[in-house]
Amino acid sequence: MESLIIILVGVLTTVAIYLVLSKNVVRIILGTAILSHAVHLLILSMGGLKLGTVPLLGEEAETYVDALPQALILTAIVISFAVTAFVLVLAYRVHQELGTDNVGAMRGSDDE
Amino acid sequence: MNNILVLPMLLPIIVGVLLIFLRTYGRIQAWISIAAMVVTAGISFYLLHTVQTDGIFRLDFGGWEPPFGILFVADSFAVLLVLTSSIVTAVCLSYALISTSKELQTMYFYPTVLFLAAGVNGSFLTGDLFNLFVCFEVMLLSSYVLLTLGNSKRQLREAIKYVSINIVSSWFFLVALAFLYGAVGTLNMAHVAERVAEVGQTPLLTTISIIFLTVFSLKAGLLLYFWLPGSYSSPPAVTSALFGALLTKVGIYALFRVFSLIFYHQPEITHTIIGIMAALTLIGGSLGAIAFNDLRSIAAYNVVIAVGFMLVGLAIATPAAIEGSIYYLIHDMVAKALLFLLVGTMITLSGTSKMAGMSGLMKNYPLLGWSFFIAMLSLAGIPPLSGFIGKVLISSAAIDSGSYVLLSLALLSSIFVLYSLLRVFKNCFWGATIVSKEEQLPLRRGVLLPCLALVFLTISIGLGTEGLSPYVTDAAETLLNPGIYIDAVLGIIQ
Repeated sequence: MESLIIILVGVLTTVAIYLVLSKNVVRIILGTAILSHAVHLLILSMGGLKLGTVPLLGEEAETYVDALPQALILTAIVISFAVTAFVLVLAYRVHQELGTDNVGAMRGSDDE
Repeated sequence: MNNILVLPMLLPIIVGVLLIFLRTYGRIQAWISIAAMVVTAGISFYLLHTVQTDGIFRLDFGGWEPPFGILFVADSFAVLLVLTSSIVTAVCLSYALISTSKELQTMYFYPTVLFLAAGVNGSFLTGDLFNLFVCFEVMLLSSYVLLTLGNSKRQLREAIKYVSINIVSSWFFLVALAFLYGAVGTLNMAHVAERVAEVGQTPLLTTISIIFLTVFSLKAGLLLYFWLPGSYSSPPAVTSALFGALLTKVGIYALFRVFSLIFYHQPEITHTIIGIMAALTLIGGSLGAIAFNDLRSIAAYNVVIAVGFMLVGLAIATPAAIEGSIYYLIHDMVAKALLFLLVGTMITLSGTSKMAGMSGLMKNYPLLGWSFFIAMLSLAGIPPLSGFIGKVLISSAAIDSGSYVLLSLALLSSIFVLYSLLRVFKNCFWGATIVSKEEQLPLRRGVLLPCLALVFLTISIGLGTEGLSPYVTDAAETLLNPGIYIDAVLGIIQ
């Protein structure tokens, strides 16, 4: 199971890096969103995955899943959503003001 | 009693939330936020004294004792930085009260600054690596907002780059955290340090430490500073001052913490890399500082030079070097805020940020000119100003440990700082006055007061080194003996 997830993380990272390296702002934002989800899966698999159990530790629990990575990625997901939302609004404003969504065209000179 | 430890982070957040409801009242917001930061500074001063008398103490959130749960830890190093950042934030806020446009005042400027301060203070105080990530994000999200507040296209353009770089560096932070958790099974800094010391710093852990080095270097502007000059020079003066004073310092703090507490077992690898990066940063920053004609770019490259200088201290890692870095860190927060505020005032007065458009400001605004002169001397490390003591300690430590390359680069960079700022001073303040006495823009009453407060601070840090030294010595001792920190966190609860 871990190896499967790690391969998935690799695929997601590849896709994300491809998107981040493009010139279109919206593609970059999608890339960063996918990038953060890849790392969330990485954290989850680093804590160890076990099938069919819950992260609860009862008195006589036979098996349980480490709860900490789940708590960590819960926080990280919230943060990544917030940042993605902010960047989307920023991209909208940039498009309004500069009239372009191409980062190559945003080089510009300093005298404004 | 320990609960007071949460206040440097909690107070700005609560006040910031309340200020959101006072959006249209610019002045009231300003006064409340200044009051909040002054109270925070007072609290951290009290904390500093408590740490001296009672030793390091901690606050376990929800009563979960370490290594379970998250916690705040107050040692001298962290609290010194909290104190300095709170004072500098309060001064910058008072500059905003006097000089900022109405538009900025009502667009949630003050709440955002308070959230930024909360993130910075939280990063200094936290004792948990994941919590450090969260505080970093609080700080970064506020800095994104501050960078875009204002009304220029340049800001938006720089914001896209700044935000993208920081998202990627946050991603690296999470990757490093994931591998560290996979390797040692904990994220509590003291617990990680203990485990790493037990099993020895294996090549895997050294690799993880280098990922951490990459992340914090991106945030601190150590070698990976390509994003810094653009984003620090585009926002309004107050925001630039806050950025220059606070943001890179958090990355530097994290570097010091991680590489003195956790990953100090392989200095021939990690500390050598830090030394090389610091050397390259000094070279790059020096070249940048003399290459530009734009005042804001010159100031931004001065931030880069200071980062390189402080990390020279970490690379050498002897008691004197660490002490020197701490002195320099405190000095740099004050002096960089002063430099950016003065440069901002000069740009407002002359309507241009190019050196060519300014001349003879000294005749019309002598006080501004002499403040700039003192800031320049302070940054170049002329005694008795605050930059001097840090430079002396780092230099003598470099001589003792035989790192002559680092020594010569550090001293040469000071000359470049002096040269770049002297060039500004000569071109903008001396020479023939372009504007006559009648046509000059009036320097708004009180604009110089915050700058003078910072001038006073930089002089008093320089003259009052004697009073500061017990705290700094204690901070350096804690950094160099990780056992003290680990005992304080994992020992029996007081």
